[in-house]
Amino acid sequence: MSKYMVKRVLLAIASIIIVTLITFFVMNLIPGGPFTAEKAPSQAVMDALTKRYNLDKPLGEQYMLYMRNLLHGDWGIDMKNGREIGPDLFSKFAVSAKLGGIAMIIAIVVGVILGSIAALKRNKVPDRIIIFFTTLGTAMPSFILATLLLLIFCVQLAIFPVFSSNPSLVLPVISLAVYPTAYITRLTKTSMLDALSQDYIRTARAKGVSRSKIIFVHALKNGLIPVVTYLGPQIAYIITGSMVVETIFTVPGLGTYFVKAITDRNYSVIMATTIFLAVLMIVANLITDIVYKLIDPRINFE
Amino acid sequence: MTETENIYKKRQILSAQIDLSKFNKKNFDKATDEEKKQQEVMGESSSFLKDGLRRLRKNHMAMASIIILIALIVAIIVIPMIVPYSYSDMITVNGHRDGTAVNLPPMYYSQRELQYMQETGEKLFPHILGTDSLGRDYFIRVVYGTRVSLSVGVVSAVMVLIIGVIYGTISGYFGGKVDLIMMRIVDIIYSLPDMLIIILLSVVLNARLTPLIKGTVLAKLGGNMLAMFIVFALLYWVGMARLVRGQILSIKNNEYILAAKAIGTPNGQIMRKHIVPNVLSIIIITTALQVPSAIFTESYLSFLGLGVNLPMTSLGSLANDARATITSAPYRLLVPALVIVVIVLALNLIGDGLRDAFDSKLN
Repeated sequence: MSKYMVKRVLLAIASIIIVTLITFFVMNLIPGGPFTAEKAPSQAVMDALTKRYNLDKPLGEQYMLYMRNLLHGDWGIDMKNGREIGPDLFSKFAVSAKLGGIAMIIAIVVGVILGSIAALKRNKVPDRIIIFFTTLGTAMPSFILATLLLLIFCVQLAIFPVFSSNPSLVLPVISLAVYPTAYITRLTKTSMLDALSQDYIRTARAKGVSRSKIIFVHALKNGLIPVVTYLGPQIAYIITGSMVVETIFTVPGLGTYFVKAITDRNYSVIMATTIFLAVLMIVANLITDIVYKLIDPRINFE
Repeated sequence: MTETENIYKKRQILSAQIDLSKFNKKNFDKATDEEKKQQEVMGESSSFLKDGLRRLRKNHMAMASIIILIALIVAIIVIPMIVPYSYSDMITVNGHRDGTAVNLPPMYYSQRELQYMQETGEKLFPHILGTDSLGRDYFIRVVYGTRVSLSVGVVSAVMVLIIGVIYGTISGYFGGKVDLIMMRIVDIIYSLPDMLIIILLSVVLNARLTPLIKGTVLAKLGGNMLAMFIVFALLYWVGMARLVRGQILSIKNNEYILAAKAIGTPNGQIMRKHIVPNVLSIIIITTALQVPSAIFTESYLSFLGLGVNLPMTSLGSLANDARATITSAPYRLLVPALVIVVIVLALNLIGDGLRDAFDSKLN
């Protein structure tokens, strides 16, 4: 086990280093370097940038210094307004984390319940209805769903305002939750069916254990293992999904911040945000992998 | 009389053996061809492909999806030949740009077009989905957008297919140190956040590549799309490579591979003739499911403004542009959205159908 953990952690560290390398050097491929915008920043900002990013040093040294700053919690400065990126980044992330967190919780709860129902009522009406909607749910990109929700609830029914400085989180959460809910439902159904056909379930039934206890205690426990493995990669979906969903519903989160930086060609912010999100995804995947090995004793550790 | 003859005699009495000496040739008829056929109880011989296709044909959802997809492909090839409007330019009446043909509702004509039709008595082709805010026929734009989105999906899937299969086959077949090193590379690539790298490369490469590809066919698609293809080629094949490697590891221990090796078949031929056909089903299924994922990625990028270059369009960028007129013309969003959903749904169902039909492990 510890050997596996060490291997996995080393892999994650290697990935983080590669991501930062790619980000840093790719950004420097921009003609003239990342800090020359079409509209030149003011002299004061330019001086600050040169000093902060050591632009007068060779590229390799710039990278080392940039990484050292990162490790000290210094995310650089916004080349449009000259402000520190760090505090902005974390306050925006708090908003996105709340949105994504609620969406994830809803997706897990609803997905597991629907998946269990579909497994228990296999090939009956409830199963067919659930599978129909989950198939539809996985075929719709989140931005289309978000725009449709905007069209129905904000424009046609006027329940929520189209633009607002403090938008309600209901619609963004729904837009973000539909895809993972559909996916978790399908995953739960498959693994529940698998679990229900196992010998220990038959034994439990033969011993006269109640139906609900068999389902919720015995079957669900093992049926949920694949769902756990899905949660890590899901973080990546929530992040890419929230970029568009936040933009559509004007939620002031990390997604909006990133998209705005892209359209503004605000390279220092793009660089900082990419590295932040990439590290987040890699760490999430690392934790999922380790948790997966811990909760499933059937997997041997070579 | 010897002893053996004696035994023979006894057996003749007790057994059901027919005494042939009692019959002659006249008592026997030759069986007719029809009678011979009755003896054939063997079914028609069936290949792996035939079996799979038979199972696929029974899957109504998958068959319906295939028909819808084929119809869609035929439509996007044929329609631009019929509709006389261009996806990139404003509608012209009698050779003049028609400024009144902006934001027309579906099936309406602009003032100038009505005037023209009254004067000449000629019937103009209707604007089935109206026009957009720049006076371009929206229907033809949706058709071109579908073309772009589908081609992006197919090209990406083919790239993933080629790289993933070659890499996975080499890694799985040679095993040992080669496999170890190749799989560590895959592990690292697998953990890189692909979407972020696509965005990053699009931002950067667009600035770098656009001058390079100026004047070529690629310029029409633009640096962003090229960046996306590059990232697909660099990152997206790892899933396919892992899958193929796993399959090959289990196949290469079979006896027939050993036999082929024993008679001195070269490595390349073993791979081509014995291993690849056996992993073919899983490769086809994964490729089919890769197309929708590429279409999704492209639509996200278009949405972020990192999609195809103007005036070329894709379903994602159409949906994105439609947000500006969501209150006045919601159908401009609904139509491309519907097309994306239909394409992705159809491909998913076909992929699932193929898996059920061809994956022998599930039967």
